[in-house]
Amino acid sequence: MLKMTHLSKAYRTEVVETYALRDFSIHVREGEFVAVTGPSGSGKTTFLTIAGLLEEFSGGEYQLDGANVRGLNDNQRSRLRNEKIGFIFQAFNLITDLNVQDNIDVPLRYRGFNGAERRRRIQEALGRVGLSARSRHYPAELSGGQQQRVAIARALAGSPRLLLADEPTGNLDTQMARGVLDLLEELHRDGATIVMVTHDPELAVRAQREVHIVDGQVVDLAAQPRLVATANANT
Amino acid sequence: MFNYYFGLAVRSLRRNIVLTVLMIAAVGVGIGASMTTLTVFRAMDNDPIPQKSRQLFAVQIDNWGPDTKSVAAGDKERFQEQLSYIDAVALMNAKAAHRQIAMYKTGAALTPANPQLLPFQVQIRATYTDFFPMFQTPFLAGGAWSADDDKNHADVAVITQKLNDKVFGGGNSIGKTINLDNHEFRIVGILATWEPTPQFYDLNNDTFAEGAAIYLPFTRAIDGQMPSWGNNNCNGDIGQPGWEGRLRSECVWIQFWAELPTPAAVENYRTFLNNYATEQQHLGRFHWPAHTRIRDVREWLAYQHVVSDEYRILVLVSFSFLLVCLLNAMGLMLAKIMGRAGDIGVRRALGASRRAIFGQCLIEAGVVGLAGGLLGLGLTALGLLGLRSLLSEEVSRLTHFSTADIMIAIVLAVVATTLAGLYPTWRAAQVQPAWQLKAQ
Repeated sequence: MLKMTHLSKAYRTEVVETYALRDFSIHVREGEFVAVTGPSGSGKTTFLTIAGLLEEFSGGEYQLDGANVRGLNDNQRSRLRNEKIGFIFQAFNLITDLNVQDNIDVPLRYRGFNGAERRRRIQEALGRVGLSARSRHYPAELSGGQQQRVAIARALAGSPRLLLADEPTGNLDTQMARGVLDLLEELHRDGATIVMVTHDPELAVRAQREVHIVDGQVVDLAAQPRLVATANANT
Repeated sequence: MFNYYFGLAVRSLRRNIVLTVLMIAAVGVGIGASMTTLTVFRAMDNDPIPQKSRQLFAVQIDNWGPDTKSVAAGDKERFQEQLSYIDAVALMNAKAAHRQIAMYKTGAALTPANPQLLPFQVQIRATYTDFFPMFQTPFLAGGAWSADDDKNHADVAVITQKLNDKVFGGGNSIGKTINLDNHEFRIVGILATWEPTPQFYDLNNDTFAEGAAIYLPFTRAIDGQMPSWGNNNCNGDIGQPGWEGRLRSECVWIQFWAELPTPAAVENYRTFLNNYATEQQHLGRFHWPAHTRIRDVREWLAYQHVVSDEYRILVLVSFSFLLVCLLNAMGLMLAKIMGRAGDIGVRRALGASRRAIFGQCLIEAGVVGLAGGLLGLGLTALGLLGLRSLLSEEVSRLTHFSTADIMIAIVLAVVATTLAGLYPTWRAAQVQPAWQLKAQ
């Protein structure tokens, strides 16, 4: 589903070149739930934005659902992003002056679905996250957990092949976080491919597999006894 | 997607009312100022007879010579815009054009048959029968007098609908008579409203004023020694005293127009005019080589500076003001759009291409332009109202707001604001979603 090989991402100024990712390789198979962990500044979010085609990379290869994304123009990347990827952000990133159903409608509009199809998908996505009764509410009228559920519904509505979640529970209290994680696990059980970036090891163990990034590179978890121990303690 | 973007634009504008009002006000004030001057300019620069303006030619003959001091100093290209009676009659008799007319502005005291109405002065145009078909004047009743009436110096008249309403209370007055300076004239035609703006056929006085109320045969007016109420220029030599002396003088006071329907006719008439002037030289009347000119209506209006340079500068200044307003609107738009960079980043993440963001923001700029255009229309109406109260009646006639002016205002506002929105829109399309999302 998602395969990066020897990928690198460098940020350059006139005097310095900084690598956010270096010789980065990862392979996420269809139907997998992968947690990407690492300390702050390790390159997790950069990985996620490159995986989500929001940012270009400097070197290496990246294949998304079998298609090589190198060299695609903005329109092609946008279409691919719209059709194949659903985003879930830490800060929910709902558009504040759109109500719940209009927020979910956004990616469907860019997809070019007709009105009936969009309405069907919105109702289905809202039903899946248990917010059918809130379709006319504005984000400010919802709790953090509900907002994140709306964001998940928005990500699901277009039936993406891949869900990318960036610290999806980072802004939620424990109870709400548990609810959102339960929902992600349910989606995974239903066949969704999920890549979740988190710095929280306890969250990571709920995923099927964990990939750890340090200084822009994937490291072998076996060489990280503390993390393995933590993971074992939670299984 | 247009409807979707339009809806988003309206929603976005409602989100920050203060900024929106400022943007619309900036566009509206600029449109109001520029459209007020443009409306008057368009009326001044109007082609008053578009269907024939390339076939009607004002005729000039230099009967004063190159040493004349009375025309615009230093401009050797300029010479008398009118003809002497001698030349006018000679050209009429030559019949070298498809149609031709000599004419002048005169006037008389009209004594109404109705004793309850007091006598009053009316403006008269003394001309030939071809005036009416040449200038395509619309008739409410009757028609032009005949060529025989011209030959016979007949006591006939064509009057305007307005005069007919005033003197006869409207209705069909064909066959009735009007009394002008104690002479009776039989009415043969009543003109419907006909107000070419500018009054191209006689630009000597009151370019934008109301035209004559009565039209009489030129020959009859000359017989009646009806004086010229228009511009009279005599190059030092005013000739013999009295009416006959005036007719034999080199004073210029008669407008002359020729209808030349084809390029060949135009060339032939030029040749004819030069031959006529050369002949006058050979006869010893002119002591200089032939100097004649014919100009069609558009050329004539330009030559006569119907739109003054000062007014052109005023239009330029008002459009510069519009530019300043648009720059302000652009700055506000930029602030507004960049304030929504987060939303734009989210939309990009959800699949919006740069083109889609560009389209969305451009339509928002267009909506601001539309609202600004509507406000500008209101301000233009106010501006024209102000001009009417400040300026002369003559200029007030130019302050009518036509459907075309309304369309121009709206299109100008939308196009100009959309153009001003290009930069903010381009900036919006350049928003890097990754950076925006990382920042959040």
